Amino acid sequence: MNIIVCIKQVPDTTEVRIDPKTGTLVREGVPSIMNPDDKAGLEAALRLKDALGAHVTALTMGPPQAETVLREAMAMGADAAVLVTDRAFGGADTIATSTTLAAAIRTMDFDLIITGRQAIDGDTAQVGPQVAEFLKIPSVAYAEGIQLEEGGKSLLVHRRFEDRSHVVRVKLPCLVTALSELNAPRYMTPGGIFEAWREREIRVLKRADLPELRDDEIGLKGSPTRVAKSFPKAMKPAGTVKAGLSADEAADEITSCLQAHFVL
Amino acid sequence: MDLTLSREQEMARGLFREFAEREVKPLAQQIDEEERFPRETVEKMARLGFLGIPIPREYGGQGCDELTYLLCVEELAKVCATTAVLLSAHVSLACGTILKHGTEVQKQRFLVPLAKGEKLGAFALTEPNAGTDASAQQTRAVLDGDDYVIDGSKIFITNGKEADIYIVFAMTDRSKGTKGITAFIVEKGTPGFTFGSKEKKMGIRGSSTYEICFSGCRVPKENRLGDEGKGFGIAMQALDGGRMGIAAQATGIAAGALDRTIAYVKQRRQFGKPLSKFQNTQFQIAEMATRVQAAELLVFKAAQAKQTQKRYSVEASMAKMFASATAVDVTARCVQLHGGYGYTREYEVERMMRDAKVTEIYEGTSEVQKMVVAGALL
Repeated sequence: MNIIVCIKQVPDTTEVRIDPKTGTLVREGVPSIMNPDDKAGLEAALRLKDALGAHVTALTMGPPQAETVLREAMAMGADAAVLVTDRAFGGADTIATSTTLAAAIRTMDFDLIITGRQAIDGDTAQVGPQVAEFLKIPSVAYAEGIQLEEGGKSLLVHRRFEDRSHVVRVKLPCLVTALSELNAPRYMTPGGIFEAWREREIRVLKRADLPELRDDEIGLKGSPTRVAKSFPKAMKPAGTVKAGLSADEAADEITSCLQAHFVL
Repeated sequence: MDLTLSREQEMARGLFREFAEREVKPLAQQIDEEERFPRETVEKMARLGFLGIPIPREYGGQGCDELTYLLCVEELAKVCATTAVLLSAHVSLACGTILKHGTEVQKQRFLVPLAKGEKLGAFALTEPNAGTDASAQQTRAVLDGDDYVIDGSKIFITNGKEADIYIVFAMTDRSKGTKGITAFIVEKGTPGFTFGSKEKKMGIRGSSTYEICFSGCRVPKENRLGDEGKGFGIAMQALDGGRMGIAAQATGIAAGALDRTIAYVKQRRQFGKPLSKFQNTQFQIAEMATRVQAAELLVFKAAQAKQTQKRYSVEASMAKMFASATAVDVTARCVQLHGGYGYTREYEVERMMRDAKVTEIYEGTSEVQKMVVAGALL
């Protein structure tokens, strides 16, 4: 079984500040990390590998320094790594990114693709499902549990929503987007790190390696999204919880609260 | 000259830091309070290969370099000096000595399980009357048929009782002085090998420090490490490596205390402003940060010397002497900057100040390090 895990190098947003004047991210001196949802996706793939034997390939698109997350993936146990990098791919929004990733994936063998639900720098949650659309395979988002079934022909995926869970059976090949709650990713090992940097190869795909792509569907040109404005989220105070009230009492409580704030 | 870490060393340091923060730090105060050996941490480190970082892969290790291992000790020491020293004693003193002086059979039998973390190692040189003067060994080993019979006792043994494999030094020929000392590998459970009392210490209180006793303890001849009479040299070489581990530990203790103090002085307010706005605080922080960096660079230099030179005693001694003095100085200043709170056990700097002191004492006191350095110069 061949598993491709899409990962992204992101700034550690727990250490990012927003410039109050420009509204943009201050990225200087902020460490880069493997996106947490993606890391959970990689861990899920590695667990399938441990249990049943699988070939796990980590795939990323980004600038050359995104190599670091691929080395990290190999130090955790990925068998191969592919870096899609070219100036022509720069400035891509989610649609251009998924178009490019799908083209890269078409050059590879796969039974299952795992991506993270969303990246902590953009938070769109679009790239995974869009890749599945372009590859014309089914996708299941928000996985908090993955089991292989029918001797590897299908997956049973627990997908989580805010107020409910679905259990979905899906035929392979398919794409699953993982929540960081899916698992606790393993640590790398020191020896794994040394091997990943010193002995392992990364396959690099440039623009010229993906000739099926048109110039107007990649990079900035292929990106219809324009950022109108970005601003820091206003801090919301913690809400008040009133428990053990009857319906009438609760209604009165809400009414008087709204009156106190001059809403009613 | 390049003083930056390689990309793999940098990534490994990130791993050690994450592991230390998540797995080691939450236990640090508790194991100090309870004087409890952190067995669960040893098991976690074993699974990740931390117990054999600089040992070649063919002997069950991770095949990394000396500096990467020292970075691990340093990162652990930033949050817990106990965890750092148990690793240092295991890797530098036990694994390192068998790697350097063991036969192929001994390496397969003892080093492989140690490096894989299936077993824990310890090193037994110090005796009640042989501390800094390690040549005054009273423990005896007498060849009797195919066994050596060991009698005597060792004190202050790090990882004592918890370790499975002990490097033990004993006199095989008292008439020859230091040339009559021989090294042995002794396994826990060997008849005649028992544990005495546990030391109650000022710091590194989770570290298991025991007296170990030998009474008619028969050790097979094939467990002799190196030739008869070569034990003193083996011990001194082991300590060169061990001192680098302690230097890394001391650097980590100082750096950890400084990190906490920087956070503290930014939020603690007196006279209407944070402590960090007072020039005294600023100068203290600047001096401490400079000393910590200097200590770390001496550790780097010693690690490089170990990778590239046959002898590195002077580099190891300089690193240990300076780093341990830094740890003692910096932690005391950090407590001072914390004021009354720093004297309470609620704040980690209190523990760190107690932990720091031993780095000037064990694996050769600071005075011994000066003797080594001066001996090479004069």
